[in-house]
Amino acid sequence: MATAKNRPAKQSDFHVKLARELPPLLDNMPLDFEAKDDWLATMRCDKGAILKLSKILSERFIFEHFSLVTAVDRLDKFELIYHITSYQNHCMLEIRVAVPKDDAKVPSVTPVWGGANWHEREAYDMMGIVFEGHPDPRRILLPQDYLYFPLRKDFNMEGE
Amino acid sequence: MRSKDFMSWADDWFGRVMKKGPIGRGLDHLLTDFWTWARVNSLYPLHFGIMCCALEMAAASGARFDAQRLGVIYRSTPRQCDMLLVNGPVSKKLRPDLRRLYDQMSEPKWVVAMGECAISGGPFWNTYSIVEGVDQFIPVDVYIPGCPVRPEAMLEGFMKLQDKIRKERKGALTEEMV
Repeated sequence: MATAKNRPAKQSDFHVKLARELPPLLDNMPLDFEAKDDWLATMRCDKGAILKLSKILSERFIFEHFSLVTAVDRLDKFELIYHITSYQNHCMLEIRVAVPKDDAKVPSVTPVWGGANWHEREAYDMMGIVFEGHPDPRRILLPQDYLYFPLRKDFNMEGE
Repeated sequence: MRSKDFMSWADDWFGRVMKKGPIGRGLDHLLTDFWTWARVNSLYPLHFGIMCCALEMAAASGARFDAQRLGVIYRSTPRQCDMLLVNGPVSKKLRPDLRRLYDQMSEPKWVVAMGECAISGGPFWNTYSIVEGVDQFIPVDVYIPGCPVRPEAMLEGFMKLQDKIRKERKGALTEEMV
């Protein structure tokens, strides 16, 4: 059984295929594709190309499961981290998207994976990142009339 | 006279004679001990659990501690309740709904804040989503400290509330104190 300890550290054939076929489909964008082991691979993506990349991954490479999107405050920028999985090809892909603070808008991937719906609402709720094209762009955990985005680093309770 | 008109006429007459007139005051004066006895021995709290104190609430009503011998029977609708037992942190999203539950309860009603979270916010104090104490928007009669509250402390709190009701000596018909 492949657990985290005894999993082979080399990349799988599917990772080689992804690293070879993805850049030409995305206008040779720098992806920094890196396979961690035979299961997890990481890459980065420009925020404008995330919807195109999602469609390619979903339709061409059969990534059927969207695990999560989470937002991180890196002080100079936001970072969105998508985890998507292809169980057929035994691969989990971690996509990091840098989002500038002064223009925190990202295309929504909810039309591609319905599971992204509430995760994107939560990212908006806590970090204030606007997902364009989202079918239901409301807050999800906090009251609808809440004024702040509490997980940002510059939020403090005194300023509330 | 139609039946609807009769009902409103009868309500008016009853209210005028019983609630505002001397008959109501006299009956209250005679029967206050009975009303108080009835209230003290039938404290129905709302079956409304927010967080882990709700487990202690269940334990206190179980066979070992048996809050039912004090007349504490949990009801599932606020319209049948006398006591609102707030047991847990009230988030800002829950606040309007809890206020609405309180407003739906019929008079007379009492509120018990149970546990640190309901009293002051507890370990979640000074965070972005928690109301710091339920007494910021609902008048509270009895505070029961503990994190979580022991069932013995809950029974003590219920008895404190019973003492308070005994000392209130409110009539059932008129709003005045007897």
